[in-house]
Order: sequence, then C-alpha cells, then structure tokens
Amino acid sequence: MTKRIAFPFPGLGQGMWLTLKTMFKKAPVTMYPQEQEIPVPRARGVISLDVDNCTVCMLCARECPDWCIYIEGHKEEQPPSKPGGRPRARATLDRFDIDYSLCMYCGICVEVCPFDALHWSPEYEYSEDNVESLLHDKDRLTEWLATVPEPPALES
Amino acid sequence: MTSPAMIHRSESAVSVELQTPDMTLNIGPQHPSTHGVLRLVAKIDGERVRDVEPVIGYMHRGYEKLSEVRTYAQITALVNRIDWVSGFANEVPFIVGVERLMGVEAPERAQWIRLILSELARISSHLVFMSSYPLELGATTPLMHSLREREYILELIEEVTGGRFHPNFNRVGGVKPAYGGGSTTKKQSMDLPAGFFQRTAEAMDRMDKICDDIDSLVTGNELIKMRTVGVGIIPADKAIEYGLSGPNLRASGVAYDLRKADPYLTYDQVEFDVASASDGDCYDRYVVRLEEIRQSVRIVRQAIDKIPSGPLQTKVPRVLKAPKGQVYSRAENPKGEFGYYIVSEGGKMPYRLKIRSTSFSNLSILPWILQGQLVPDLVAIMGSLDFVLGDVDR
Amino acid sequence: MMDFLDGFWIQLILKVVGILLVVLTGALVVIYAELKIGSHMQSRIGPYYAGGRYGWAQPLADGLKFLQKEDLAPDGADRAVYGFAPYVVMMSTIAVFVVVPFGPDLVGSNLDIGAFYLLAISSLSVLGILMAGWSSANKYSLMGGLRAAAQLIAYELPLVLAVVAVVVQAGTMSLNGIVEAQAQPVFSIGGFDVALPYVIQGQILGFGIFMIAAVAELSRIPFDMPIAESELTMGYLTEYSGIRFTMFFLGEYASMIGLSAIAATLYLGGYAAPGIPESLGNFAGPGVLLLKIAVLVFVIIWIRWTWPRLREDQLQRLAWTWLIPLALLNIGLVSIFKVVF
Repeated sequence: MTKRIAFPFPGLGQGMWLTLKTMFKKAPVTMYPQEQEIPVPRARGVISLDVDNCTVCMLCARECPDWCIYIEGHKEEQPPSKPGGRPRARATLDRFDIDYSLCMYCGICVEVCPFDALHWSPEYEYSEDNVESLLHDKDRLTEWLATVPEPPALES
Repeated sequence: MTSPAMIHRSESAVSVELQTPDMTLNIGPQHPSTHGVLRLVAKIDGERVRDVEPVIGYMHRGYEKLSEVRTYAQITALVNRIDWVSGFANEVPFIVGVERLMGVEAPERAQWIRLILSELARISSHLVFMSSYPLELGATTPLMHSLREREYILELIEEVTGGRFHPNFNRVGGVKPAYGGGSTTKKQSMDLPAGFFQRTAEAMDRMDKICDDIDSLVTGNELIKMRTVGVGIIPADKAIEYGLSGPNLRASGVAYDLRKADPYLTYDQVEFDVASASDGDCYDRYVVRLEEIRQSVRIVRQAIDKIPSGPLQTKVPRVLKAPKGQVYSRAENPKGEFGYYIVSEGGKMPYRLKIRSTSFSNLSILPWILQGQLVPDLVAIMGSLDFVLGDVDR
Repeated sequence: MMDFLDGFWIQLILKVVGILLVVLTGALVVIYAELKIGSHMQSRIGPYYAGGRYGWAQPLADGLKFLQKEDLAPDGADRAVYGFAPYVVMMSTIAVFVVVPFGPDLVGSNLDIGAFYLLAISSLSVLGILMAGWSSANKYSLMGGLRAAAQLIAYELPLVLAVVAVVVQAGTMSLNGIVEAQAQPVFSIGGFDVALPYVIQGQILGFGIFMIAAVAELSRIPFDMPIAESELTMGYLTEYSGIRFTMFFLGEYASMIGLSAIAATLYLGGYAAPGIPESLGNFAGPGVLLLKIAVLVFVIIWIRWTWPRLREDQLQRLAWTWLIPLALLNIGLVSIFKVVF
C-alpha cells in the first residue's frame, strides 16, 4: 500500500463496499441466555470434588498460589482388616471449601492432587449476588462432579 | 502607596501573567484512549502540546515481590496476567529461563506446541491492536470485525489449554502433560485434541481474510492516511536510544527480530520474513503489525505440518529446586522484547525475579515524541505505540 | 367540507401538526435505522429486546428514559441562556420544514424566497450551539462550543454557494419552482419526454459539495471532532442531560432528515418522479420524496460507520481551500452554461 493519496479516493469506496457486504450477512451472534455457547471439554469453568478419593494430604491447599482452599480433617479409627490386626487410621474430610472469589482458575490444585479427587468442569453459570456465596463448600463441590465431561479424543 | 517600586512590581506582575499562555491539562487515569490507567500531565498551548509527563504506577500489582514467595509452577500461573492481551507469550521466556537454569531440555513436540501457541497469541494481540487503533481515530467498524475473528483464535487456544486468555500451559520441561497427578488423570493426556489441525487451518484462512478486510477498511482508506502518515515519526537512532522494541522498532527501519537474531523454541526451523518499514510514523507501525499477522499465519501453517509426535514433558522431580545461578531469558512478545532476569539461591522459590516488560520501555519515548504535537495527534501516537498498562506497571 | 379545509386557521393548524409529526416520527425512525444499520455493518444485532423481536421500540425507550431524568443545571450557569439553547437549535431545525414541498400543494408555505429562507434559518443553529457552550460554565464546553461554531461557520459557505448554483440554474428561489424546473423535459426520445434531475443535468459537483457540507453541518463522522475529542468530553453538550439533551439529540436527527430533504428537492427532483400523472401528484409526492430522503439518509449513516474522523485543521483546510473554490467554480460554470444554452 502506498502512502500517497490518489484523487478519486478509491480506498474510501473499498471500505464502504466492505461494510455494505457485511450488512447483508447474518451476524454471528449467540443470543444468550436463550441460546447457549457450549464450551470445549477442557474449559476451566469450575472445580469439582470427589470426596471418596480425598485423603486430606493438603497438597492442593499448599500449592494454590492464592491460598483459597480451606481444608480441615480428622483421623478416624477403623476396624482392622483382619481380626487380630492393629486398628487403622483413616483421614476424613470435615471441611473442604474453595473460595471462588479468590480462585485464579490456574489448575495447579487439580494437577498436583495425587488421588484424582479434583476435576475440572466447564460449567460457568454460578454468579452470585454477594461475595460470601462464592465460597463453595464440600456438598456444592460434589454437585459439580456430575458435570465433568469425558476428555476429548486426541489428535492422532 | 504609589511608590515607583510598587508600580514597577505591579506592571511586572501583569506582564509575567500575560506571558504564560500554557494550560496544564490532566489527561487523567480514567480515559478511553490511554489503554488503561495512565495519567499524562500535559502542558498545552492552544492546540500544541509543549510538555508531557506520564505518571504510571496506578496498576502496580507487585509481580516481582509476589514471585519471591511462590514456587516456579505458581509463578507460571501468575505471570500470564502481565500482558493480558497476549496470554501465552508471557510464560514462554520465564519457562525457557528456568529450564536453562536447571539444565532441562523440553522435547520436540512440546517446543512446537509452544511455538504454535505463541504465534496464536501474537495474532490475538495484533487483532486487538487492529480493533482499538482505528477506534481511536474514529472508525468504529474495524473494532467489531477484528474482535469477531479473534474469537476463533481464542477458541483454538481454549481447546488445547482450557483457558482463553490465561492458558497456564507451560511446565518446566515442556508443556502440561496430563490432566492431573492421580492414577486415572495421569493417563488423560493434554495433547492436542482431535480435529485441531483442521480447525487451525480453517482459522488461518479466516485470518488471511480478515487481513484483507482490514486492508480495504483501514489501510487503503485515505482519511486514515491523512491522520497517520507523517505523524509521530521516530527515527531509527532515537528508537534504539529509548529502548523501543518489537513492531515499533521495526517500523523505524531497524529490522531486528529476536526470533531471527537469537532463536528460541524452534524458530530456526520455520521460514518467515521479518516485517519492517522505513519511515517510523504511525502508519508504518500499523502496517508492520498487519504484516506480522500474515507472517504468523505462515508460521502456524508450517508448524502444523512439521510438528513431530513424542512426549510432552521430560521427567523432572516433583519438587522443583533450581540450582544456584542467574539467567536472563528473553523472547519476542507481540509488543516487543520481553525478558526475565531470574536469580536463584537454590530452593523452590527464586530469590529475585526481575521483569523487563516491553511496554515500560516503549512508553519511555512518550515525553520526547509528544512534544510539539497537536492534541488529536497525541491520541493517534499513543495508540500506535500499542502499550498495555498491565505490562507497564506489572 | 372542502370549504372548511380551506379556512386559514384550519390549514395552519393542520400544517403545524403535520410538520411536527413528520419531523419527530422521522427522527425516531432515523435513530432506529442508525442503530440497526450500524450494528449489521459491524456484524452484530442492534436493538433486539425492546418491544418485540426487532427492537423497534428502542428509541422510544431511550426517549422515556431521558424524560424522567433530573433537571440539572451547573452551578455557575446562566440559567436563561442554558435553558433556551436547545430550543433554539430545535426551532431552527423544524423551521426548515416549512418550505420543503412534499407534493405540489403539500407545502407549509410556498415562499418565493424559499432557498434563501431555509439557509438563513438553518444557520441559527450555530447560535444555539454557541449559547450552549458559553452558558455551561465549563472551560471545556466553551472550547468545544467555539470549535464546533468554527466548523459550522466554515461549512456554511460551501452549502450556500452550492444552493446558489441550483438557484441560478432553475431561475427561481422557491423550492416548488425548483422542483417544477427539474420536471421540465430536457429532451425527447421518440415522443417520450425525459426530464432529468439536476444532479444529472450538470450539478454533480454541486451535489457532492452540498452533501459534504451537510455532513459537516450535522457534526457527524467524518467531521465530528468537536464532539468526539474536544478535551475528551462531549464538547458543548457536556453539561446537558434529560429533556434538554433529548432536544439536541432529536434536533441532530431531524436536521439530518431536513438536509436530506433539501438535497432531494434541489438535486434529485423532489416530489416529482417520471411517469406519475398530475392528478396523483399530491398522493404520490410524499412517497417519492420520502424514498429519496431514505436513500440519502442511508448514505449518511453508511459513511458514519465506515470512515474515521478528520482532524480539526484538516477539516478547516478542506472547507476553505477546496470546497469554497470548487463551489465558486461550480457557480461560474453553471452560469456560463445557462447563458450559452
């Protein structure tokens, strides 16, 4: 493109032709909330918790850059696996809260969990009117588990 | 009360007042055209700007201090947010630096995936420039057209990494290999999903088309030429003196691109041209960025053909400790040269992380170049330098 | 019945009500058209939810919103001038419609000096803008108002000179007379008389100058430097809100229709179209004129959404060094042709 300005100003006409053409094409608009955009399976929407897998190792709470996971647990005595053995101790979760007002959605907690207890889900519609409701407790996090999709097929 | 001294003093007061026609205008932190919270204290004489003093720091988030108490994986997650327009490109020099420090080399496939995502980030950042710069000059349509096309790029990035703007996909030793650390999730690989190459090829065709559209809407438009040709000329020696980099430097005639001068990742295995122009005015800076989009499209097309199969990350210990040492690693970000100076004393966290951000150096030329310009040209010149306040203030 | 309609006061009331209806409804329709056309040019859907599927009630909703706002005036403002300024602008805009002929008999008042009257009245809006800028007690409003006034005065001259060329060619200043002059056949093809509008009869340069000057008079892109960047606020409109702002806003769109109507009358043939018999003139006339106005308004909206804006000094240079000499040249050429042929 030269920097010279040529007299009948062809550039102005080209721009106008483009906007006229665009006017007659269908606008690529998704009318939310009547229509929904379906996010990709790997989208980082919300973190869900599988309570049975959690062993209260506290790795996720330690690695979170924002320190937004609050965990409390206690040890429970369980009967020995065979009679005469020693009683085993099993760690149980009392409290597992993720504060979504602080969460950066970085995924470090999901990645370091050695026991498959945390999973990403692409759900994103959980806005609240007040900040306290953004602290999702154990039950709410377990509800999200049903929305975790299958991982997508890989490029061969 | 009318001594000669008093009369002289009153007359001199009047004449001193009449000799200062300057008005100090505060182009305040909240303003539509300053790309963020930048304050310019401008002394204006009628329509001409005499002197400009940029006041920055309204968005200082303390990245360098935060990095002193976070591990390398945590810093990777934070660092995406420095230049929020081009998310992935902020992580790359950091991870390359840490890998150099630890003596770890990422596998081929990981390097190629990093290259593809960096180039997608470059296209995304330049599309934001294409949308916001004509808007400052008054043309309202390229805004929507460019952002519409940017959605396709963001969707591609989201398919692979899970995040549109903040991918957080780099790990020391490669890219993120699996969904998690547990026995099932470790088998779910985070490799490229099925159909990615085909969707990328389609998206690159769309990018070619939007470049042509923008050519007809903006580049050829005579009114844009009247507003930007000859405005804000930065000669090559001044550009080097003030530390400009990236498209701003290349538009002034210095064809210096870190991807060719100091190749990192696998840039030496792809063919592309370095876009440059000779005059250094606003029009040239705009044209250079448009050409860079086309070159990035070319690189991505070659990359999706050449990418080998293989592992995504080399084996590194679970608790990463970097040995004692220092490293400065830099990369060609969309906005210019972006560098990290990492000092490690052994241990999980760096002792000091200094960020050489592009926009901070690009902004330093403002007091020199805005002198003597007209007020509407002030907006045109600031827009053409393409800085983002998150990058300036960190 | 027809005697009743011939009464002077009845006709006056009908004409006043008719003009006000046409102007205000037209302004609302043009606002809606600008929103919808602009959005489709930008690949998005404009108003959608207000009033049914196409969002046709959006301008009404905006109008109602403005009407219920608080009536503010700045502290040091001169209340009388501040309150009166929007009405000056609105009055000068509506008064233009008095001479625009919608049909051979459908005209507010068929003045013999129609063209002169409308140019004089439409330049009163400059006064309204200066009043608004000065009385707002705000340094930036004043500078914006002065800048806008400079632009408007600079572009008045090409407007006037372009109209002079048309008057020379038609031989009369009355707008009805100009439409009649354009309806005179220029040549015949096989017994069929062909009448050409002035834009084809040699006034193409004048038409171009008139349209550029009209867009500049409206302060629209590409000439909206006073509003867009005048010290980073809305220029002379900064301190206005509520009903007064609505008056300025509607006034801008009403004058868009007004200037398009004048351009259609002077250059495109007005209410006359080939093939319409005399008896249907009063019924088909408004439709034809509205069609021509719609085309011109569409072009003005199209330009607004496509091109960037000119800088203040480039704007002034365009007016003084290009448009005025060209307009004078135009008058010269038209006069020569009129005398020679």
